[in-house]
Amino acid sequence: MKYGKRVMAAVLAAVLLLTMCIGLSACGSSDPENTINVFNWGEYIDPELLDQFEEETGIRVNYTTVSTCEEMYAKIRSGGVSYDIVVPSDYMVSRMAEEGMLEEIEWDNVPNAQYIDEDFRNPEYDPQGKYSAPYQWGTVAIIYNKDMVDEEDLGGWDILWNEKYDGNILMFDNSRDAIGVALKYLGYSYNTTDEDQIREAAEMLKKQKPLVQAYVMDQIFDKMENGEAAIATYYVGDYYLMIDELGEDSEVDLGFYIPEEGSNLYVDALCIPKGAQNKEGAEAFIDFLLRPEVMAQNTEWICYSTAESAARELLPEEMRDNDDMYPTGDALDQFETYINLPQNIRTLYDGLWVQILSS
Amino acid sequence: MKKYIGRIYMVLIFLFMYAPIFLLMIFSFNSTKSRSVWGGFSLRWYKELFQDSEILHAIQVTLLVAVCAAVISTILGTAAALGIFAMKKRPRRLMLTLNNVPSMNPDIIMGVSLMLLFIFFAQTLHMDFFKLGFGTLLLAHITFDTPYVLLSVMPKLRQMDKRQYEAALDLGAGTVQTFFRIILPQISTGIVTGMIIAFTLSIDDVVVSYFTSGPTSETLGVLIFGMTKRRISPEINALCTLMFVFVLLLLIIINLRELRAERERERSEER
Amino acid sequence: MRGSKAFSYPYILWLLLFTVVPLFIVIYFAFTNDAGEFTFDNFSYMSLYAVVFWRSFRLAIISTVICLILGYPLAYIMSRLKKKHQTIAMILIMLPMWMNFLLRTYAWLTILENNGLLNNFLSWLHLPEIAIINTPAAVGLGMVYNYLPFMILPIYTSLTKTDQSLIEAAKDMGCSERQVFTKVIFPLSIPGVLSGIIMVFVPAVSTFVISKILGGGANMLVGDLIEMQFLGGAYNANMGAAISLVMMVIIMIFIWLTGKIDKNGDGEGSVLL
Repeated sequence: MKYGKRVMAAVLAAVLLLTMCIGLSACGSSDPENTINVFNWGEYIDPELLDQFEEETGIRVNYTTVSTCEEMYAKIRSGGVSYDIVVPSDYMVSRMAEEGMLEEIEWDNVPNAQYIDEDFRNPEYDPQGKYSAPYQWGTVAIIYNKDMVDEEDLGGWDILWNEKYDGNILMFDNSRDAIGVALKYLGYSYNTTDEDQIREAAEMLKKQKPLVQAYVMDQIFDKMENGEAAIATYYVGDYYLMIDELGEDSEVDLGFYIPEEGSNLYVDALCIPKGAQNKEGAEAFIDFLLRPEVMAQNTEWICYSTAESAARELLPEEMRDNDDMYPTGDALDQFETYINLPQNIRTLYDGLWVQILSS
Repeated sequence: MKKYIGRIYMVLIFLFMYAPIFLLMIFSFNSTKSRSVWGGFSLRWYKELFQDSEILHAIQVTLLVAVCAAVISTILGTAAALGIFAMKKRPRRLMLTLNNVPSMNPDIIMGVSLMLLFIFFAQTLHMDFFKLGFGTLLLAHITFDTPYVLLSVMPKLRQMDKRQYEAALDLGAGTVQTFFRIILPQISTGIVTGMIIAFTLSIDDVVVSYFTSGPTSETLGVLIFGMTKRRISPEINALCTLMFVFVLLLLIIINLRELRAERERERSEER
Repeated sequence: MRGSKAFSYPYILWLLLFTVVPLFIVIYFAFTNDAGEFTFDNFSYMSLYAVVFWRSFRLAIISTVICLILGYPLAYIMSRLKKKHQTIAMILIMLPMWMNFLLRTYAWLTILENNGLLNNFLSWLHLPEIAIINTPAAVGLGMVYNYLPFMILPIYTSLTKTDQSLIEAAKDMGCSERQVFTKVIFPLSIPGVLSGIIMVFVPAVSTFVISKILGGGANMLVGDLIEMQFLGGAYNANMGAAISLVMMVIIMIFIWLTGKIDKNGDGEGSVLL
């Protein structure tokens, strides 16, 4: 009898625990009315701003990160989750818009859009300015460790194929950027739709593979800051982030340059994907980020470039007047932006990319 | 001499297994960010860990899903074991083979296939419950936990003294009464073992969770996997130390319980 | 206990819904294209990835063999310890297993990096440094480290189950210690060895976490290939499903073959603990 009672008690306790769990989980998923799910790249927002936004609006931000545009696309495309804010790069904005994956932004809810500079309105990737608000922009460069690389090897993309740096090269871990590097090295356009040129670029990358230590995205920070590798391809703003992190008396001395064959200029934009649970909250978030003071604080943290002159004015001098961050005139000509590629070329890219990594 | 070789071998293997963990633990007390250069003692990373809402939330999700999945799969699995035990030989073999599928299948295939199922429910059938999140995560964990519960309860049922419950039934006890008075006490160790295995499997899982969790329900494993793709903060080392202590305590408690049970058994046998 | 079969119905339903149906969805995806039309293209395209399959299987087999070589003696030594010491040894083996898998793998990253602890140690000893991170060797090491307990435990279980009287009988009949081992102990532990092999090989061949963290993306395994098509840089769920299906079939054949070797197997699988 005694045993039976004890067992009953145990069962009861289990049931109780269960209901409690279910209750808790219901609370955990809190109502979508007052939450927004933000899906951003790593190291791409000043975390203080999230708190500030929550305080100002009472909307809770659920922040998750992703490392490449293509991964973000896959996550949203597979359809299992709903996000309210995503931050695709230019070409990906067009692609997602083309595939009906983006919600039109109600600009009346985003008064701060008035601060966006003329050059960034109705851009090529979003000609009618329906789906996106520019978040940050920047350029692609080669970042190198001054102690590990000889001065004379600098200059072009060819350093990535230099056997001297066998095992010390870090490459992009996404198809568009990586194949793009090879295309530029070969003197072609980033946006070529000539399949032979693309295949040639893929062959170059296969040839390069034995020299590459790792294909990475944001792991670059740790690796370059710790002197794990000599050369990496990444974004100019991130070079400044690394310098900042290292401090002045660091043993590791980093430098960067824009390869002479030309490089990429990109814009990352705030978008609302289809199926967003809280579109108004998302618009409030976009509006918040576009506010010049917020934009300035954020840009200072991220070290990329802002598309709002009003925000740029508020930046510290060394960032505001930095020609590498805000190239003008002739310097701008060496850059080419990515344009969304036709479906058949995208399939080719994906196939070749898997082949490169798996070879 | 031979004995010594054995001892040395054991020590070497344990060194291999523990050295990485201990190194992580040592560096959780490092005052700088470096993963390989000692900069002095500090508790900085513990402090930051306890202020990191992302990690704290992930710990909460991990524990919650592990407890819920362990409890539900224990009930489900124990009931299933009783049912299967009552089956004839052929259907029983079939069931046990089927039961092995989730545990034999590689994690990644289970994760991918469940993800496709949930997406099918959510998108094609518009069942919002199946949007990837805590709900789907829990379903997935129950799915891979239950087979182990079943496998740890079955042998206990087989060892059970059949005459006892037959006698109980003959004496007029109801099925429910027989279950709680006669069967449950005899299989309880199997049930508890199953529940513990289920709990630990849930805690340890990365792959299935990676495919079936949503933005609000990242488990610790999924979160850390995401972190290794970014700048890695030594907070992870601090977390590792805490996990180690937690698991160690858990194991000690479990084993003390078993030791005590054994001692009691010995004592009653003496009598 | 008439009628108690019904207790299993909820679980049967569960298995059907969350194990069988999903597998059929994978099969459906594998044989269709993006537009939902029937096709074999996914499979014919896969020959391009033969090298990935080969790399995965080679690494998994090597790791399994190393696990067996390292694990068997340990299981044997453990089974010869005093009962109390056996419990402690069991705890010591299970403890790392219960910590998060990713933490364990990450620990090796900090050791194997170019400027990691291992190389710091080597240069402190004035020995040449080694570049091991992001190589297949690092991935294999990660596999051995993570899955070694899965090899030790089943072997240990089957060794402790061995009837002591058989060993004594063999000794009485004049077998040398070596003969006792090769003729009695080892054959009786084969079921444990086989389930250990399965429990190491299956996760090793399908992992993507270890290769991502210790392999630097350049040492792609089948798991990476699948992950890449679903949540990674080249979205193609149909292709991913086809690769999953092929891998699953190969693994099923592997398990079936190991089952054949173990004639005494009761077909009910072996339990971890």
